[in-house]
Amino acid sequence: MKYILFIFAAVSLVFAFVFASSVYKGKQAIKIAGMAKEKSELFVREHSQTYGSDDAKVYLIEFMDPACETCSAFSPFVKQIIAANPGRIKLVLRYAPFHDGADYFVKILEAAKKQGKYWETLDVMYATQSNWASHHNPQPELIWQFLPKAGLDLEKIKTDMNDPAITQLIAQDLTDAKTLGVTKTPGFFVNGKPLQVFGQNQLKELIDAEIKANYPQ
Amino acid sequence: MSNPAQTSTFGWTILFMCWLMVSIATLGSLFFSEVMQFAPCILCWYQRICLFPLVVIIPAGLFPFDKGVVRYALPLTLAGWLTAAYHNLLYTGLIPKSLKPCSKGVSCTEEYITLLGFITIPMLSLLTFSAIAALLLLSSRRSSI
Repeated sequence: MKYILFIFAAVSLVFAFVFASSVYKGKQAIKIAGMAKEKSELFVREHSQTYGSDDAKVYLIEFMDPACETCSAFSPFVKQIIAANPGRIKLVLRYAPFHDGADYFVKILEAAKKQGKYWETLDVMYATQSNWASHHNPQPELIWQFLPKAGLDLEKIKTDMNDPAITQLIAQDLTDAKTLGVTKTPGFFVNGKPLQVFGQNQLKELIDAEIKANYPQ
Repeated sequence: MSNPAQTSTFGWTILFMCWLMVSIATLGSLFFSEVMQFAPCILCWYQRICLFPLVVIIPAGLFPFDKGVVRYALPLTLAGWLTAAYHNLLYTGLIPKSLKPCSKGVSCTEEYITLLGFITIPMLSLLTFSAIAALLLLSSRRSSI
């Protein structure tokens, strides 16, 4: 009898937890969908770097951090999805530099933008990340030896990266990340819908669903 | 002298309630971190280290009922209680923030939720550890009479 009571209680608690989670996530998704309609600037700011056609109907918003390993690991996958759906997806990059000192790399990236080498620089950063962003021993200075690969004028980067406008833009992105409940990177939204369960397949499913809804065959 | 079978049922029921409380607190804590995505600060982690094992330790005292459960369940409870007490002092500012042990990561005084104007997450933790300790003591005392 006591065993039955115990097992019943344990099972009930687990069910209550799962139920409460799904209710909460559902509510969050509705809240964020509301924000997507009323305040689309939360997702895409004037300063945001984008990739892909302006006519695309599917907006993939990624809150990222140049020092985040998962962002680096996801990058080829994201590119692959965009390439597989030409003209239909627009990638919007937002900054969420949660790693200590990651602002530094965002500043370099934004300075590279002024030289028209944004994506080249990001690729180099992701590819060489393990050299300068190790968790036990981050050595941000080491990044400089890899930057010439992106064809950058390093002297100009060193001046441009101190532009206070970049600091402001990072602060704005972090505020938006907080409003949208992004606490981990990469944080994905597809047309304002949050990726609820993290994973490559889940992201692909979410994007595919939006493509289907926006490009009926 | 009351019927030993009856007192042991009373003790068992109290201990079972204690386990329920521990389990609800554990799931609640996981709900905050995994579902609501509140990042736990370092002091929260120390309290979780004390709380989570109780979910499996207390049933060891339930099947069969063991009034000696206090011996192995209370030390963790007290450790958790002390950490929670310290956390509350820090949170309410009674200990100056300059002493705060967590300069990196999430601040231990970051305010996530406040219910009814005074119930905060560290407060919930302190109340829970107090209740666990009280129930543990109660379950073994009554059954030993």
